[in-house]
Amino acid sequence: MFLDSIRQALGLLASAEVWSIILRSVEVSGTAVAVAAVIGIPLGVLIGLARFPGRGAVVAVINTGMALPPVVVGLIVFMILSRSGPLGSLQLLYTKQAMVLAQLVLAVPLVLGITVSGIGGIPREVLMQAKSLGAGRLQLALAALNEAKLTLVLAIIAGMGRIIAEVGAVMMVGGNFKGETQVMTTTILEEVRKGEYALGLALGIILLTIALAANAVMSRIQGGVMTR
Amino acid sequence: MKKRVLSRGSAAAVPILVLLSILASGCGDGQAGGNSTSDIIVASTTSTKDSGLFDVLLPAFEQAYPDYRVKVNAVGTGEALKLGEKCDADVVLVHSPEAEEKFVTDEFGTERREIMYNEFVIAGAGADPAGADTAPDASTAFSRIAQTRSGFISRGDESGTHKAEKKLWVKGGVLTPSGVWYRSTGQGMGETLRIADETRSYVLVDLGTWLSMKDSLSGGVIVLLEGDPDLFNQYGVIPVNPERCPAVNARGAAAFADWLASPEGQNIIGEYGQEQYGRALFTPNAAQ
Repeated sequence: MFLDSIRQALGLLASAEVWSIILRSVEVSGTAVAVAAVIGIPLGVLIGLARFPGRGAVVAVINTGMALPPVVVGLIVFMILSRSGPLGSLQLLYTKQAMVLAQLVLAVPLVLGITVSGIGGIPREVLMQAKSLGAGRLQLALAALNEAKLTLVLAIIAGMGRIIAEVGAVMMVGGNFKGETQVMTTTILEEVRKGEYALGLALGIILLTIALAANAVMSRIQGGVMTR
Repeated sequence: MKKRVLSRGSAAAVPILVLLSILASGCGDGQAGGNSTSDIIVASTTSTKDSGLFDVLLPAFEQAYPDYRVKVNAVGTGEALKLGEKCDADVVLVHSPEAEEKFVTDEFGTERREIMYNEFVIAGAGADPAGADTAPDASTAFSRIAQTRSGFISRGDESGTHKAEKKLWVKGGVLTPSGVWYRSTGQGMGETLRIADETRSYVLVDLGTWLSMKDSLSGGVIVLLEGDPDLFNQYGVIPVNPERCPAVNARGAAAFADWLASPEGQNIIGEYGQEQYGRALFTPNAAQ
């Protein structure tokens, strides 16, 4: 039975419907992680370099955010976008934009947190040296970015890995509409509920492949960081 | 720092130990595997569970049969039958007569007995652009919804409710509903009803889910049509075939199925909902 499902799953990988679901997943999570990088990296550099009262608390909040349960984020975004919610008039609920928004909330703390710790890990003397060479604030930030660039790639990959595999939030705010807001994870859940394991498994194989590729890239980068 | 890690570790060990001892005692009185012989695993549907019927039914059954403990695995009809096929359930209680009959014909189950029915209602926006409110029956309402291309939210999950919906489309002359107006969620009844409410769309919903959820909705949908016999939703109970699945709790499954069909079980089913909603959610109709 298990082997049968795998055989069917491999066959399904050729179907156009499966590929449209995969592409939608990549589109939604890719957009979310790109926006998360635009928000999270500059902010992370700022928090990483700055010393201000309450910085410890800010970092603690960010670290908590890294562990936000997706369903809770889904619920909150749902309540905000609901007709009876504050942004209901925008009619964004059950659209790809709503899914991007929910995943953005999940990805930002992760990108932010990893960036902050990456910047914090830059040897002090490197930054001092830049300062003594007459670097202004912007140049200092750019130097820090350059030093920590591998960590930043890690941050983006980790963010993507988290949200593309997430199901609770996108299910709740996207609605899993066939051909509209269905992504890999929500389809897997739906197919399993129907007792149709083959399509679920086919998409599972794709998700695993993506995770494997991301992990391979991550461990290469980590290897690079460590040997420096 | 190290000390804190240690104390956290030992705090975590307590619940783990408790869990292990529970598991060990659970295995003790059973014969093989984690489930003891007194457990009856019922594969049923989320809509049945969401109706709250099990909360009154199971304690009454366990009082009548103190040796048994009933565990309900609430999934979609398709998956519930699949669980029975794979010997992962002792008895199935679902609402899709044709699929149930096939389940028995294929010898996955021993015998199908009708237990009760509940009703579906057609809900939709109060503005009712398709005029479902004035339709003489459910299938006419459906064909009007398709003709006016008014938004409709479908379960799309091969559940009993989805199968009932598909039958109504066919009867209304709409062979395969499709287009931007027809959206398929692949989710449970509660989620699907909420989506219909948020999008002011038509939806086929079982009475139990409707009554329990209507107060928590945003007022986007109201009941437009009910009472058509085409909207009756028959439930059946089928013990899983012990000849195919030697590990199932056949005696427990038979006891549970018999009790559901007994005057006592039927009486409890017929009363459920009267107190809370002022009307029964299910109509018992087992052959006596």
